[in-house]
Amino acid sequence: MLRFALSRLVSLGLSLVAASLVIFAVVEVVPGDPAAFMLGMNAAPDTVAALRRELGLDAALPVRYLGWVTGMLAGDFGISYTYRVPVAELVAARLGVSLPLAVYALLLSTAIAMPVGLLAAARRGRAADWGVMAGTQLGIAVPNFWFAMLLVLVFAIELRWFAAGGFPGWEAGLWPNLKALTLPAVALALPQAAILARVLRSALIETMDQDYIRTARAKGLSGRQALLAHALRNAMIPVLTILGLQFSFLIAGGIIIENVFFLPGLGRLVFQAITQRDLIVVESVVMLLVFAVILVTFLTDLAYAAVDPRLRRRG
Amino acid sequence: MSLLAAEGLGVTIGAGRVLSDVSLTLAPGEVFGLVGESGSGKSMTALALMRLLPAAARAEGRVSLGGRLLTGLSERAMCTVRGREIGMIFQEPMTALNPLRTIGEQVAETLVVHGAAGRAEARAVARARLDRVGLDAARFPFDRYPHELSGGQRQRVCIAMAVALRPKLLIADEPTTALDVTTQAQILDLLKGLVAEEGMGMMLITHDLAVVAGTADRVAVMQAGRIVETGPTEEVFRARRHDYTRRLLAASTHVPRRVSRATGEALLEVRGAVREYLLPRPAPLAPHPRLRAVDGVGFTLHAGESLGLVGESGSGKSTLTRLVLGLDPLAAGTIRLNGAAVSLTMPGPVRAGVQAVFQDPYGSFNPRHRVARLVAEPFHLTPLPAEETRARVAAALAAVGLPADAMERYIHEFSGGQRQRIAIARALVIRPRLVVLDEAVSALDVRVRAQILDLLAELQGRFGLSYLFVTHDLSVVRAITDRVLVMKSGRIVEEGPTARVLAAPAHPYTAGLVAATPRIPAGWIDGG
Repeated sequence: MLRFALSRLVSLGLSLVAASLVIFAVVEVVPGDPAAFMLGMNAAPDTVAALRRELGLDAALPVRYLGWVTGMLAGDFGISYTYRVPVAELVAARLGVSLPLAVYALLLSTAIAMPVGLLAAARRGRAADWGVMAGTQLGIAVPNFWFAMLLVLVFAIELRWFAAGGFPGWEAGLWPNLKALTLPAVALALPQAAILARVLRSALIETMDQDYIRTARAKGLSGRQALLAHALRNAMIPVLTILGLQFSFLIAGGIIIENVFFLPGLGRLVFQAITQRDLIVVESVVMLLVFAVILVTFLTDLAYAAVDPRLRRRG
Repeated sequence: MSLLAAEGLGVTIGAGRVLSDVSLTLAPGEVFGLVGESGSGKSMTALALMRLLPAAARAEGRVSLGGRLLTGLSERAMCTVRGREIGMIFQEPMTALNPLRTIGEQVAETLVVHGAAGRAEARAVARARLDRVGLDAARFPFDRYPHELSGGQRQRVCIAMAVALRPKLLIADEPTTALDVTTQAQILDLLKGLVAEEGMGMMLITHDLAVVAGTADRVAVMQAGRIVETGPTEEVFRARRHDYTRRLLAASTHVPRRVSRATGEALLEVRGAVREYLLPRPAPLAPHPRLRAVDGVGFTLHAGESLGLVGESGSGKSTLTRLVLGLDPLAAGTIRLNGAAVSLTMPGPVRAGVQAVFQDPYGSFNPRHRVARLVAEPFHLTPLPAEETRARVAAALAAVGLPADAMERYIHEFSGGQRQRIAIARALVIRPRLVVLDEAVSALDVRVRAQILDLLAELQGRFGLSYLFVTHDLSVVRAITDRVLVMKSGRIVEEGPTARVLAAPAHPYTAGLVAATPRIPAGWIDGG
């Protein structure tokens, strides 16, 4: 198991290096000089040149790449061209909203999907299964911003249980923030839960047809016991795969939901940085997201190995 | 008093009747054989007894065990019968165990689920049962996972699981079909020993008449969902009262009429062939250990000859087959076909000289192509005009005894035997001199197998073909080969005329194989 983890860790490092090279190269070839953009259309060429020097944009490419990477390793992501504050502070503040939101949504989605998927698989072909299949189909088909608007209408405007948007900030304490993130998390979680429940259902149904389930039944386990004791864990591999993908998506993919609920999240930051050619912010956030995805993949791999003993020996 | 009594069992799935009026009794300590071809309802009978039929099935009839009526029991009550009073083992030991849980846990689960023991006690009993089935604690600790065990060892785990609570009845559904002959002999011995020791009854379900002949006290023959004949094993085999029993027995010992047409011309020459696989590194940067799957093999196959290659799983016969077909690279040595070198990169016309027929008549065809296209596949080696290709495909299908309209149909429209005929047609269509038959009749029912062997014998005479028969089944070798090679651990350990090698094996490994192969006593067949 340790060897497996180490070998995964090595591949994690290599993926990060490769990703950083690609991100750096892509940002370099994107048209538009940030210095010129910051100073506006009528700036004098020597002013632009001076700003380029100040931003370090005039150095050779390898030097700039190394500077960028070593800076990141030390927690220095550079200074935002537009906000004129360290990118690290900017990103950290936004991550303080997006990360809890993603985790919250993921927990909700799992908490909804697990019982629903199990129920549908246990009652395969019966009314409960049909209901789940129809409901999840709807959950996948309806866009999450529409759910978001519906939630606002019902729970914020009609029932007045939650605020319609905004984020008080962590200094206000845990509870108000959790409350502020609840409706966005539900809106994000519903479509994800629908997908997850369907994946779990089909994985369970497939494992229920396996020979070892028949063996378990012949040993005297009831259908439900066989489902919980033998099928569920075997069905976890595809579920873990989907969970990993969903978490990566949730970290930055919540931009529409962030806009609906006026949340100062990472998605909105990237969107603004792109429209303002704030390349250093874009670069840093993209790198951060890549890191998050690779880290989640690494954790998913470890989870696979924890579930399946056959994977532990491979290095 | 009988242990198990079933009366008028019937099963209907949709509009199809898969089991009709099956009645049988089984006494304590008795081994009851249930034989028949695939689809005859053997497994369905077992599942009906266990009340584990597919959801769509409707069952009828009465089953009682030890005088207690099981029919009408609730599902909850049946759960207490399964595993405690009736144990069951299945055909495929590779998939019958949960891959994610240790063997010890899975055996102990039988006890825990019936509330027969607490966790600690269940572990102790499970350990004792594993020891009893021949998996000692030193080499097979409690926390081994199924994937770390061979097929035979996994089947032992399944047996330990089924007998953990000392059930009165053990149902064994094709328990040795997926195993090598020597492993099969050991498992059958183990089962017989358990029956004698525990005084339980055993229902042995198998398609293999020879296994039944050597194991069962009484036998029932099934055909199309009915029991057509039942009685003491020897009597049923000797008397053969029912026509179907007669045909089954004739097919299982069938030897096709053929004369050896082997010439002195060397067609396939294998010299010092070596194939190695790299195993995972034991430590980072350490060199890969090598596994020699084929370790310096040499033999000659003559034109017109039928050569057998036998060995158990892991002996290297499949790897050798891949080398002969030019599908794997040689690490050392040479293979020449018709004088031309066989390799991964051999040109089409050379490759056309050797064609193969594989075991699985279901998996070796693309289900979305029509038969005409499937059979014409080898022509990418030696392209022909479309007209001529079609004529050759029609001729090949006719040669294997299929009607001309088969060309326009899809593979799912054919039975297993017909599919294997199509596979043979595909091999013959570019007129190879050598056909490699890799377990080509192993998955077929005895009567179909006899027909395919007849067909192969006839085609060999008609087209002057040479055969390399790769199989684990000595009865196939006996039926259709002139000479045989015996392979073990990557080497040929014995070689010679088939009749001589099987009658008087020189190598202890061959002797072991021959001894382990179940056979119907000769006297039962010829009336001696």
